Amino acid sequence: MAQPEPKIIFRHVNKIFGEGPGAFQAVKDFSLDIAEGEIVTVVGPSGCGKSTVMNIAAGLIPLTDGECLVHGREVKGPGPDRGVIFQQYALFPWLTVRKNVEFGLKLKGIKPEERRTLAEHYIEMVGLSDFADSLPKMLSGGMKQRCAIARAYAVDPEVLLMDEPFGALDALTRVRLQEQLLETWSQDKRTIMFITHDVDEAVYLANRVIVMAARPGRLSKIIKVNLPYPRTDEIRLSEEFIRIRNEVWRGVYSRGADAA
Amino acid sequence: MTKTDKNKRSIFVRMDKLATIGLGIISFILGIGLWWFATYVGSTNLPSPIDVVIRCFELAGNGQLFVDIFASMRRVLIGFLLGVSIAVPIGFLMGWYRLARGLIEPWIQFFRVIPPLAIIPLAIVTMGIDETPKIFVIFLAAFLSSVVATFQGVVNVDRTYINAARVLGASDWVIFRSVVVPASTPFILVGFRIGLGSAWATVVAAELIAAQSGLGFRMQQAQLYYDLPTIFVSLVAIGILGLIMDRLVGRADEYLTRWQEKGTA
Ligand SMILES: Nc1ncnc2c1ncn2[C@@H]1O[C@H](COP(=O)(O)OP(=O)(O)O)[C@@H](O)[C@H]1O
Ligand SMILES: [Mg+2]
Repeated sequence: MAQPEPKIIFRHVNKIFGEGPGAFQAVKDFSLDIAEGEIVTVVGPSGCGKSTVMNIAAGLIPLTDGECLVHGREVKGPGPDRGVIFQQYALFPWLTVRKNVEFGLKLKGIKPEERRTLAEHYIEMVGLSDFADSLPKMLSGGMKQRCAIARAYAVDPEVLLMDEPFGALDALTRVRLQEQLLETWSQDKRTIMFITHDVDEAVYLANRVIVMAARPGRLSKIIKVNLPYPRTDEIRLSEEFIRIRNEVWRGVYSRGADAA
Repeated sequence: MTKTDKNKRSIFVRMDKLATIGLGIISFILGIGLWWFATYVGSTNLPSPIDVVIRCFELAGNGQLFVDIFASMRRVLIGFLLGVSIAVPIGFLMGWYRLARGLIEPWIQFFRVIPPLAIIPLAIVTMGIDETPKIFVIFLAAFLSSVVATFQGVVNVDRTYINAARVLGASDWVIFRSVVVPASTPFILVGFRIGLGSAWATVVAAELIAAQSGLGFRMQQAQLYYDLPTIFVSLVAIGILGLIMDRLVGRADEYLTRWQEKGTA
């Protein structure tokens, strides 16, 4: 069985911020392959380089050393083939929900009527049809993030990079958005790299959970989640889920794992 | 939020506003009353409010007041519009290009600490005594506050917005046009407001020093003849016009930045 080429490849990636005595190694020798259609979640203590790694794949931060390839091509800068969703939503506050969603479509040169139809579709997908002409300030945190998701999906990226997208939301909204994310994914099977500090969320979403450790930021453990999709409530409450969750928890928090 | 919620809240806001306006009127009447009383009992040699009103009607009746207002407003508007229309592009340039910032900023920081009025002697010597030197110092006042505000606005644009645009495929030019310009608008408008205020202050002072027309000139003339009511009329006109201009820019600001999330103050 021939393995298809991974969608995202990190090969011995190093990132050093600054130069000279003030230089700081944020990521050390990070290597990871993410297969097409896979959901990989990344957990680890704050400051361990999760965002840095993701931003390297997004093309927002240049790497110092090593290689990062997305769909077989070296990452040279950001592009609409990789949708990014930020924790701070990053909606343009001066644009309505509709205009936000249309922003990337416009840059792709899509005609106004088609733009509108497409935007309409994605706004409906995230359940914001009633707020299509509202400004972001009228939306709750969860609605803002749904709008950001619609904006990212609208340009039809092959890869989704999500940096703690649900981190600022209340538990109930978070669970709902997790379910929605998986539901959409079950239809389009996009490749997703998802950063979180929530161990439960990491296990619930992932094919594989990547545990990172700090000082220097590095990959410490890869934990495979052998649970079927769709991830029902039974699965979320199953013993296997809890066992994996505990394993991830120990990977992130136990001193023993960190010292190893 | 349901519709009734919204209605309820807007009623409260309106009642609040009414109360504020009512208090304002009461305070105004009390103040004028106090002034009138002070002049009535002769505890001051200021003109009474009645004298001032009479003089106001005289000056308005013979058109003098409007000629003065027109002369002052004309200088302010020309100087202000020139100032901001040059300040905004330069501010953007400074915020966007390090080179431009490095070259221009030292000059701006230097001229910023010189009160525009202090330029007047130089302006008169080099530009003569007609409109040019006055408009120039007003231009300078408006320019300096707006250029710094624009530049600050660009520098303070949230990186997240820029990154969000970049990952959607935006070029530098698109980022400038669609992110930097709208995101820095609130800063720029604050600069305009301060700029207009300082332009107004500057014009009046400039007219006190060197002019043949305008509200400042009128006060300076009245001073020679110990004509206090005219000084009062001019002062009140300066205050009211300043307030109107500030409100206009304030309204424009509210409208153009209505997308901003305002903290519950
Ligand atoms: N632009 C930068 N300059 C210097 N240090 C940075 C920069 N960005 C991140 N860092 C540092 O790199 C480390 C990793 O950051 P980050 O990837 O944001 O961590 P995480 O997302 O896991 O919390 C942190 O210690 C942070 O302070
Ligand atoms: Mg982070």
